[in-house]
Amino acid sequence: MNTTNGRAAMRRGRFAMNDTPAHPAADRRDGSAQGPRGEGWEARADRDGVLITLTGDWIAVNGIRTDEAAISRIIEAAGTRGISFDASGLGRWDSALLIFVASLRRAARGHHVPFHEDGLPEAATRLLALTTEAAPSAAGAPAGPKLVARIGQVTIGIWNETLEVFSLIGDTVLSAGASVRGRVRMRSVDLLTCMRDAGVAALPIVTVVNALTGAIVAFVGAVQLKRFGAGIFVADLVAVAMAREMTALMTAIVMSGRTGGAYAAEIATMVGNEEIDALRTIGIPVHDYLILPRIIALTCMMPLLYIYGFAVGVLGGLAVAVAMLNMSATSFIDETQVSLGGGQIVFGLLKSVAFGAMIAIVGCRSGLSAGRTAADVGKAATTAVVIGIVGIIALDAVFAVCANALSF
Amino acid sequence: MATPKIRVDGISFGYDGGVVQHDISFEVGEKSIFAIMGGSGCGKSTLMRTMIGLLPPYTGSIYIGDEDYWAATESRRAEIGRRFGVVFQSGALWSSMTAEENVALPLRMFTHLDNNSIEQLARLKLSLVGLDKAGSTMPGELSGGMRRRVGIARALSLDPDVLFLDEPSAGLDPVASKRLDDLILELRNGFGVTVIMVSHELPSLLGICDDGIFLDAETKTALARGSPKQLRDTSDLPAVHAFMHRERPDEGRDIDGDHR
Repeated sequence: MNTTNGRAAMRRGRFAMNDTPAHPAADRRDGSAQGPRGEGWEARADRDGVLITLTGDWIAVNGIRTDEAAISRIIEAAGTRGISFDASGLGRWDSALLIFVASLRRAARGHHVPFHEDGLPEAATRLLALTTEAAPSAAGAPAGPKLVARIGQVTIGIWNETLEVFSLIGDTVLSAGASVRGRVRMRSVDLLTCMRDAGVAALPIVTVVNALTGAIVAFVGAVQLKRFGAGIFVADLVAVAMAREMTALMTAIVMSGRTGGAYAAEIATMVGNEEIDALRTIGIPVHDYLILPRIIALTCMMPLLYIYGFAVGVLGGLAVAVAMLNMSATSFIDETQVSLGGGQIVFGLLKSVAFGAMIAIVGCRSGLSAGRTAADVGKAATTAVVIGIVGIIALDAVFAVCANALSF
Repeated sequence: MATPKIRVDGISFGYDGGVVQHDISFEVGEKSIFAIMGGSGCGKSTLMRTMIGLLPPYTGSIYIGDEDYWAATESRRAEIGRRFGVVFQSGALWSSMTAEENVALPLRMFTHLDNNSIEQLARLKLSLVGLDKAGSTMPGELSGGMRRRVGIARALSLDPDVLFLDEPSAGLDPVASKRLDDLILELRNGFGVTVIMVSHELPSLLGICDDGIFLDAETKTALARGSPKQLRDTSDLPAVHAFMHRERPDEGRDIDGDHR
């Protein structure tokens, strides 16, 4: 095959190269010097071994022409006499040629066939010298651990994580005690910033979510109660549902996505930037400095958000009641006051304190345990939000069971 | 593939209206290793950002071959940019992908090759930088030097005509740094790419660069042109002299006197 043929073959496009494993002529073993050949190369066997004539352009983006069947035929034909190259007809080339020659060289070494690179362009031999030998099979996916082992690893991981969380809670309680005595290395500016972020800055979303929740509860109640002429009890429904369950739950879920996720992402980024390591090395307790202000801020702000959210929720319910049931605002408020005991509010407050502490601890913990890459920041934020929301609902169930047991 | 000539014609650039460097003109010879030199903070990396299409210059033009790079449409610029390979300072590997996937991604996006070919190419590029066994490692598990090597392998994945390197040897030990220099040299000789590297590491500059430009933070423009060796031996500009000789303690006194 001469250069012109090689070019013509090139024009047939990459599909021909990849889909045809071997040139038809490769099988034509008629005893002459004609050996295997393929796109852009031709092997000729003679007394000294196999001479591979390279022709045309070898450009990687147009296709890779290395095929194992052809290579093993070349090795077979070469026997112990060796493989050499003639690159005088070679056009432009890049990695495509390197892959061909490198896999040929690998096969030749494997079968102890002498391999003479001197016919190749000098630049190509230089690059070949750079490539290190690697068996292609070694690059396959490593076999993972067995299922039982994986279950075991995951279980141990969960156990360790649980221990970590409990030690974090313990640390928090201890240093919260210390902070009362003013012995914690925490900057008040940080605490105030965290409080603003978890408090005032969250008001808009808390307003929207609770107003809508109150309205939805009132709407669902109104449709049912109207049929019995008991429309006035919509006020009771809204007040009790919002105070006991909905406000605390909805606010916590919103704050878990908003603040818990932010804590996790922020701390995970600090881990990646070695900021945490820097704090540790100069002896600043990470827990006091970073974690405690966040936990305190969220734990303090959640009850306030709860009270605010409850008020907004009742207003949302009132709006629906006035619009749908032609009830007067005064009678709605009166009914609310009658139905609502202080105990309900205290119950809701307790819940929101617990939710706040849990969200902050989960957020900080998943941030601290994150890896160092961008993907790990995303994972940490996801973990914080998922565990936060699941935890909120689980905690809420615990509260419900306790309240039931106490016939509250 | 014919390497295009790169000509920078009187550009000035900076951020948010502030000028970092002005009136920068130079030409990069085909298949040369061109150094952008200068002290820290003089705008070396920013100059590179204007050349790889990340930051438009305020004035002036950059010609890639005969084309005015920044006057071209965005899609055309992206097309030209595909003939560039860029290695960022810390490697800038995509952390959610293995090393091999990092190298393979440009091939998957911009070629029609089948999976097997892409894998072979990616493995070849990794083996060229000596990391054929690290294909399935995540970037987070690699050392700084290895990450930079994977960055080079990724930059080479489309067989570029021009290879840009931002501080390739920063933060590497002298041996690793020398090995990286040799690799750059071999890759230039082998693939015939033009290499443009930002650096202030004297051993690298003197060792492999055959042309360059010296940027100065004080005057905000290029002070000198020429190969690092030439600048070291002939330049009598105080700033260039100080930069090129800072490793010679016996001349330290003079430099302190000359400097600023």
